[in-house]
Amino acid sequence: MLHIKCPHCGIRSQNEFSYGGDATVKRPELGKEISDQDWDNFVYNRKSLRGKHWELWQHLSGCRQWIKVQRDTATHEIFKTLKANEEIS
Amino acid sequence: MQKYSVFSLVKNALSNHENWDLAWKDPTPKKEYDVVIIGGGGHGLATAYYLAKEHNITNVAIIEKGWIGGGNVGRNTTIIRSNYMHDDNALFSEFGMDLWRRMSQDLNYNVMFSPRGIINLAHSDAQMNTYARRGNSMRLNGIDAVLLNREEVREIIPMADFSENVRFPIFGGLMQPSAGTARHDAVAWGYARQADDMGVDIIQNCEVIGFDVSAGKINGVRTSRGDIKAKKIGLCVAGSTNILAEKLNMTLPIETHLLQACVSEPVKPVLDKVVTFGAGHFYISQSDKGEMVMGGDLDGYNSYAQRGNLPTLQHVLTEGIAMMPFLSKLKMLRTWGGIMDMSMDGSPIIDKTHIEGLYLNCGWCYGGFKATPASGWTFAHTIAQDRVHELNAGYSLNRFNTGHLLDEKGLGTKTWIS
Repeated sequence: MLHIKCPHCGIRSQNEFSYGGDATVKRPELGKEISDQDWDNFVYNRKSLRGKHWELWQHLSGCRQWIKVQRDTATHEIFKTLKANEEIS
Repeated sequence: MQKYSVFSLVKNALSNHENWDLAWKDPTPKKEYDVVIIGGGGHGLATAYYLAKEHNITNVAIIEKGWIGGGNVGRNTTIIRSNYMHDDNALFSEFGMDLWRRMSQDLNYNVMFSPRGIINLAHSDAQMNTYARRGNSMRLNGIDAVLLNREEVREIIPMADFSENVRFPIFGGLMQPSAGTARHDAVAWGYARQADDMGVDIIQNCEVIGFDVSAGKINGVRTSRGDIKAKKIGLCVAGSTNILAEKLNMTLPIETHLLQACVSEPVKPVLDKVVTFGAGHFYISQSDKGEMVMGGDLDGYNSYAQRGNLPTLQHVLTEGIAMMPFLSKLKMLRTWGGIMDMSMDGSPIIDKTHIEGLYLNCGWCYGGFKATPASGWTFAHTIAQDRVHELNAGYSLNRFNTGHLLDEKGLGTKTWIS
């Protein structure tokens, strides 16, 4: 069982959250000319790192906010959590 | 190589089974091979076997970080089927079914292929319609499919919950009678033994550290047991695909996720089919030893942990008990997890890459085991001929770019879509 520290609510069990994938993927800017490759990278291609991984979670059964979580994908250790609008440093 | 038969069994019994040949050797890696296959799982071993058997390419090495058959081929739920709707998946899988049917003879190794049939349960009228459509597609592709109504399902699996007042009543199901199970370890060992006999070097405890790529061409691989030159390299590393792709500066439409399975304590024979729950993701069969073999959803977040988390197991088994209430009385014997190469459309990739001489076999999601022979056969063809076979033409890497997705269920890495 993961325990995730929601930046709004505090430490809660994994059961309250749903997963949203890689948090470092950026949507190409609207209205700007982009290549098919840029769009592929946004929609499909993922690094899926082994080790520290920034990812999105939603506190679905809590405050319903999206948050960013830095977790080790091999050990499940959670290092940091941020609000959705906070930049990954 | 000593042929396995009742005579060799008797002969070796007379010498207390102390004189059996080694099933495969433990060679020191050579400096150079024609083809190096990375990954000594089912797909890698099958690829090497078909390279030797179908294409006479025997200067081949399989390099494996751990021991052969220790990854997903040794930790799956052994289901074999070809009940797909889309042509690319159906024809590929049905080709594999033919290989399964004669595998024990081909490999001189009893893989205990048991075509006991699979039933996908339906829990609504709409689902029955979908299954009718899929069944028709299957039959058009020459695959056996039978649409069962509620009473017909009840006759086959009376232990399922047919009471009136349940959340997901059983409306019927789609059965593929020729689907089944096989003994997973035997598949890996059978392929390994034959490949080794034809001259393939199976090199275990040999980790890939990096690749030698120059001018867009692969020249070899750097390993923990030294550099190995190769004209062609095939990647069959399932859940480790992303790790090796990073060493090649490639980003793939794949995420690595954890899938759990479990078995109950052994009980008397009760279930002679593979059954899947249609209102969630749960599948069950009974092993020859009597254990109920069960599996379901991914844990739901990127993972390389090779061990599962309890919330998913609880969720999956809740579905199991809803489908077959007697399961609640059983004790859990073992649970385990394996890391899956989840592609974004739920279908695999068997293709060439932008690097000359580098070939990719990945994206097997929930269905890698049943694909073992067909995957090995088509991947061997792709490597030997340097072009894809028509059977794996749909499994191209660039389909995500061109929009030709093979979205059989549209699941991919997103468990919440189901």
